[in-house]
Amino acid sequence: MIRFEQVSVTYGDASAPAVQGIDLTVPEGELCLLVGPSGVGKSTVLNAVCGLVPHFTGGTLRGRVTVDGRDTRTHKPRELADVVGTVGQDPLSHFVTDTVEDELAYGMESLGLAPDVMRRRVEETLDLLGLADLRDRAITTLSGGQRQRVAIGSVLTTHPKVLVLDEPTSALDPAAAEEVLAVLQRLVHDLGTTVLLAEHRLERVVQYADQVILLPAPGAAPLMGDPADIMAVSPVHPPVVALGRLAGWSPLPLSVRDARRKAGPLRDRLSALTPPARGAKTAPAAATTTTSNATSSAMAVPPLVPTPPASPASSLSVPAASPVTPASPAAVVSGLTVHRGRIDALHRVNLTVRPGETIALMGRNGAGKSTLLTTLVGMHEPSSGTVRVGDATPHRTTPRTLLRHVGLVPQEPRDLLYADTVAAECAAADHDASAPAGSCRDLVTRLLPDVPDSVHPRDLSEGQRLALALAVVLTARPPLLLLDEPTRGLDYAAKARLIELLHALAAEGHAIVLATHDVELAAELAHRVVILADGEIVADGPTDEVVVSSPSFAPQVSKVLAPLPWLTVSQVARALEARA
Amino acid sequence: MSAPPATRTTALHAGAWWLWALGLATAASRTTNPLLLGLLIGVAGYVVAARRTDAPWARSYGAFVKLGLLVIGIRLVFAFVLGSPVPGTHTLVTLPEVPLPDWAKGVRIGGRVTAEGMVFALYDGLKLATLLICVGAANALANPARLLKSLPGALYEAGVAVVVAMTFAPNLVADVQRLRAARRLRGRPDRGFKALLQVGVPVLEGALERSVALAAAMDARGYGRTAHVPRAVRHTTSVLTFGGLLGVCAGTYGLLAEAGAGYGLPLLLAGLAAALAGLWLGGRRSVRTRYRPERWGARAWLVAGSGIAVAALMICANGYAPAALHPPAIPLTTPDLPLWPAASLLLGLLPAFVAPVPPGQTPGAGRGAGGDRAGGRDTGAGNAGGRGVSSVGGGGSGVADASVSPSSPSPSPLPPPPPTAASAPATAPAPASVPPPPDPLTKERTQ
Repeated sequence: MIRFEQVSVTYGDASAPAVQGIDLTVPEGELCLLVGPSGVGKSTVLNAVCGLVPHFTGGTLRGRVTVDGRDTRTHKPRELADVVGTVGQDPLSHFVTDTVEDELAYGMESLGLAPDVMRRRVEETLDLLGLADLRDRAITTLSGGQRQRVAIGSVLTTHPKVLVLDEPTSALDPAAAEEVLAVLQRLVHDLGTTVLLAEHRLERVVQYADQVILLPAPGAAPLMGDPADIMAVSPVHPPVVALGRLAGWSPLPLSVRDARRKAGPLRDRLSALTPPARGAKTAPAAATTTTSNATSSAMAVPPLVPTPPASPASSLSVPAASPVTPASPAAVVSGLTVHRGRIDALHRVNLTVRPGETIALMGRNGAGKSTLLTTLVGMHEPSSGTVRVGDATPHRTTPRTLLRHVGLVPQEPRDLLYADTVAAECAAADHDASAPAGSCRDLVTRLLPDVPDSVHPRDLSEGQRLALALAVVLTARPPLLLLDEPTRGLDYAAKARLIELLHALAAEGHAIVLATHDVELAAELAHRVVILADGEIVADGPTDEVVVSSPSFAPQVSKVLAPLPWLTVSQVARALEARA
Repeated sequence: MSAPPATRTTALHAGAWWLWALGLATAASRTTNPLLLGLLIGVAGYVVAARRTDAPWARSYGAFVKLGLLVIGIRLVFAFVLGSPVPGTHTLVTLPEVPLPDWAKGVRIGGRVTAEGMVFALYDGLKLATLLICVGAANALANPARLLKSLPGALYEAGVAVVVAMTFAPNLVADVQRLRAARRLRGRPDRGFKALLQVGVPVLEGALERSVALAAAMDARGYGRTAHVPRAVRHTTSVLTFGGLLGVCAGTYGLLAEAGAGYGLPLLLAGLAAALAGLWLGGRRSVRTRYRPERWGARAWLVAGSGIAVAALMICANGYAPAALHPPAIPLTTPDLPLWPAASLLLGLLPAFVAPVPPGQTPGAGRGAGGDRAGGRDTGAGNAGGRGVSSVGGGGSGVADASVSPSSPSPSPLPPPPPTAASAPATAPAPASVPPPPDPLTKERTQ
């Protein structure tokens, strides 16, 4: 269905091709997953299928790409619109009209289908994707998962033979991601659609894939094959695969179900042991790295913090300039209610954050996680209840003073960066925080060893940008650090470095609150998990208790090893090592 | 006849709402009587309150009301500072006059401010504000994108571009708000003009990136696909369109110039016909079809007809009661409410009863946010009107409330236009202070 013949793509003024030596065929009716670390050209490959590369992006494409027999060289994207449906990373920038029903019909209108055909297909698609109740809603009022489904629906109505999706579940909560994947499954099984998708969160998708295409490194030729075979060598892999590699299972299990079948002996071995504390508390952060590096030998990127063999405290010398004694909490929220518009975004929320503690806020899109974080930095005035951060009341404190109490890295780290170069950004951060010149640059050097001063923040990768924003926030040395959805768009390597870094910060006494959909991240990092639903706290407790008891928030390792209380691969690895 | 709930099938044609609103606007342009203008604003506000949806575009009404107030304010300030051509005897205050050189004769800065001049300016400003509010009502009641569906095929693509460009502005505002909030995280002040300036570049960068992403998505979804059209047809299209437009220009010129009165009209009509034929032929190049275009039904006729009737009756009223429609500023007189013109304006309320009811307002609608609205409908029209005025006040803060409620800044207190507006402050105490317009779902979900 999709055929690449010796394809290489070179963008405008780039010295090396973005991808090269691509020679593969995706047969009809397959769900094909494109994996690889950040920056290996996954998006380039996807866009070459729908003709946006090179017709829209510019650059030179050598070789030949054919889709359903049509050569993209001679067919512009709009002439492929009836064969290929494309959904990009951000569904919002995909929408042309303003209501769900019009959006579903837009593609068909462009193709000039007859009105009765359009009507029938819109109704079918509304049912297929469970959108019937939303048909008259304005698109801007939908949640993330609903938007993603509408975006998929809007390209499905033209009955394309090929569906191309770039990170369809990255921004979604676990339940919404399941919804979207169930739809894709159904398309492949019932309609014989060929689906090509790129995704960083492999734990969500890899078990559904018929084929996996691995782009191992920039400029390297792709490997294509059976998911289990590819996962055995892939530098990026989900925790269940890491566990399988660790335990030496063959063939590698890709789903929790397969892994449970093989996990009997391992469970027996582990039942005699108590799980070591997660993260850097007992063992230095290096342990985490060693295990994840050992399992992923091809990880090309050096760790975020140059991990010294010494104690974790020296890995990142950001002493929390905390005015509070360790006994007094970093933040206290009591009876907090916040109105946004007519509804309560938060309703009688009580939360205490202690220094050195890491808390994961979880819950579906729109549950009030971001509102809680932004209230902690004073962007919303509480309608009732109180918020104290250290000894300050956030919404009554000037930004300059508040900076010393609390720092927030927003969902889009780019929002924090205004300057043209990394150096200018650092200078501005020093100035904002009245820190000695060079303190931000020191942090950046630690977090991103190989980023030159002259780079524009927009040219950094997602992970690098996050690290830069984090450095900017840490310059003021706030005792309380908030992160909103930090792993969106990060590959496993970048995520591992982030985890290590946050462990080090927590060990130094920083309190960390992160809002996330990423259950694996919460399992690795959090001491406590707080689950929000409709603005209320519905669960609050130690991670191993809260997360293990919930089917949608449990990490893969805990599902595989249940009822044993193990949460992460690194825990298992350390326990086995210690025993050996 | 009772109004059905609005669904895609029963939805009123967007054109009907626009005709209704333009009818009211035409009526407004025919009078300077502040009582009649106030009545018109009340009629438009009542219909908006009764029939607008929760959709984002329905929130623009508040913005238009604010704009109207601004217009009145500017007009009064100019009359106060620059003087007024209207002579008058009631001096309010005498400002020091700035001496101007000879060549600036006719321009005056400062000097005597008369009550007559200010009243004249107020009437004038109020007329303009009413026009704006009528347009705002159409915007709130009809989705602008739906109007596109009625464009001829040849213009559709251009129309999409215009609509996409229009969504640019709200996105830009949202970006500015988000980035200003982010400034707080850097420890910089998030208010003030400087804060606005400093986020300028990142906002524009973001907007540009979004536009490029949207253009890519539209391209991949088949925007701009064309059918093959024979060469002869293409050339005929160009000739007809171009020639037609030339004819329209020449015809208009002829109509305006005294000498060409004879050939002006025929030329204009011929030009129009040719241009329309060109558009129709050009439409053959587009392969687009239309999904569920709105139907023009009996209710659309009633709504459009009520607007047209209001306009026509006001034009007639200019014949039989010109004095009442244009109360003189000199000498100062209390304007009185002419019975028949006022009664004819009330015809404009018809849409509030015949237009389909938007889903959020149906009694017993299951949506939490619509709860108070549903209650409002149950208790009858009086309450609904009060709600309308109060939500306007919410959008435009306290100031807007004052202007729409009966005691507007006219010299004599207006009689309460519809029975509804008088009860506004009493029936809707709480909602007026909370800003209600933002759709709760958007706010919540975009977090």
